[in-house]
Amino acid sequence: MSVASLAAVEVEYPGRGKALGPFDLAVAEGEIVALVGPSGCGKSTALRLLAGLEQPTRGTVSRTPGRGETSVVFQSPTLMPWASALANVALPLDLAGVDKDEARRQAADALARVGLSGATAAKPAQLSGGMAMRVSLARALVTEPKLLLLDEPFAALDEITRRDLAADIHLLWAETRPAVIFVTHNVEEAVYMASRVVVMSASPGRTFNITWTDPVMPRPAHFRTTLEFRSAAEAISRDLAASMGRAA
Amino acid sequence: MNRAIVDIAAPLVLIAVLLAGWEAACRIMSIPSYFLPPPSEIAKAAVNSAPILFMSAWNTLFMALKALVVASVLACGVALVVALNQTLEKAVQPLAVALQVTPVIAIAPQVVIWAGLAHPERAIVALAVIVAFFPIFSGALTGLKSTDPDLERLFDLYGATRWQRLRRLRIPSSIPFVLEGHKVAGGLAVIGAVVAEFVAGSGGAQGLAWRILESSNRLQTARTFAAVIVLAIMGALLHAVLRYAERAILKRLRGR
Repeated sequence: MSVASLAAVEVEYPGRGKALGPFDLAVAEGEIVALVGPSGCGKSTALRLLAGLEQPTRGTVSRTPGRGETSVVFQSPTLMPWASALANVALPLDLAGVDKDEARRQAADALARVGLSGATAAKPAQLSGGMAMRVSLARALVTEPKLLLLDEPFAALDEITRRDLAADIHLLWAETRPAVIFVTHNVEEAVYMASRVVVMSASPGRTFNITWTDPVMPRPAHFRTTLEFRSAAEAISRDLAASMGRAA
Repeated sequence: MNRAIVDIAAPLVLIAVLLAGWEAACRIMSIPSYFLPPPSEIAKAAVNSAPILFMSAWNTLFMALKALVVASVLACGVALVVALNQTLEKAVQPLAVALQVTPVIAIAPQVVIWAGLAHPERAIVALAVIVAFFPIFSGALTGLKSTDPDLERLFDLYGATRWQRLRRLRIPSSIPFVLEGHKVAGGLAVIGAVVAEFVAGSGGAQGLAWRILESSNRLQTARTFAAVIVLAIMGALLHAVLRYAERAILKRLRGR
């Protein structure tokens, strides 16, 4: 059953023309879908539609999770610089009116799950880029969302940190198995993270091609060296080049 | 040589050279001291009038600080109300700008009359409030409106109420801008207080401006210079204190 879907959605901005669509996308319970496409193709717009942060010009957005059951992780950690890691993670619970002590307890638990139990009192400026992203992830997970939207969460991280975080996201995902939509412009990350990779064409973004990858999650240790990983990545790279009107 | 020592020594050396040139010029050309006193005489005047200059400086500083507190409360309050309502912001903005671009000296005489000639200190504080208001208001308003758009989206996503958004996002986001506004306003409050003292021009308010007026009317030029120097030092000290407070608060807020 689909947790969230976009049906023939189009987004137009006044003065800038069409940014997206017509575009269709559905994500099923427990599925991880990656959206890959050239810059400006509307990947992040599609994500904001699914989050309900933006309305489509045409088409319909449906979503079963209610308010508070959808979480977004942005490209930057998007933390409140004046608040501790714990207060940042507790924010969604505080805004929902959860009892303060209970919110702090759940936030501490979420921080422990992302491996930051020692950093609860730290302010964002005291954290490394990777740690700040983990705090952001903990904040997204603290509400136990049914739909998790990840908007290029690794964009600002170095290679080793990205790989660690990608593996950890799978482990965390396995605990509650939310539906996940993962936006990226990195093909290998898409293949690693998702069992279905949707390649979008250049602006206005539409579906260019869809590739199904190995559905086994979390990924085995040497997944990145397997023939299957390599050939999926090759195929998607070719699609991506073709979607931009270039030969691979 | 150590860079830090050079940085400190360079301006001191320049000042010493200028003072020496000044002193020499006054002596060689026998310039009358009511016209331009040599630095040695200014120093003598400063030492002789130290207690009275210090008291006057404190009077002026106290007025400026009082005005800064009043301006701070008023400006932050108005900014907060205005930030919640775009129509209100459109309505207030031109008035705030008009208040800022009108030279305080132009309205000072009337304010002195309104305050009552027997209460120059009221006029001094009021005029200093007027000049200190704008930088704090404008800083606070900018700060309240310059939140991280992704954080705004996050608050949207979690269905934050207007009050939650204001208290938990917009007010904390505005703090660096508000502090910057206070730093600028501190210097302006001193200028406002001095201008008002000049206009009030009576012994009723014994601030530094009064000492300057009094000495120059009596052709005690050395004492005038000494008062001006004390005023400059006071302004610089106030600025330094506000800058230190700004840094300390931001460091505490951000954890580094």
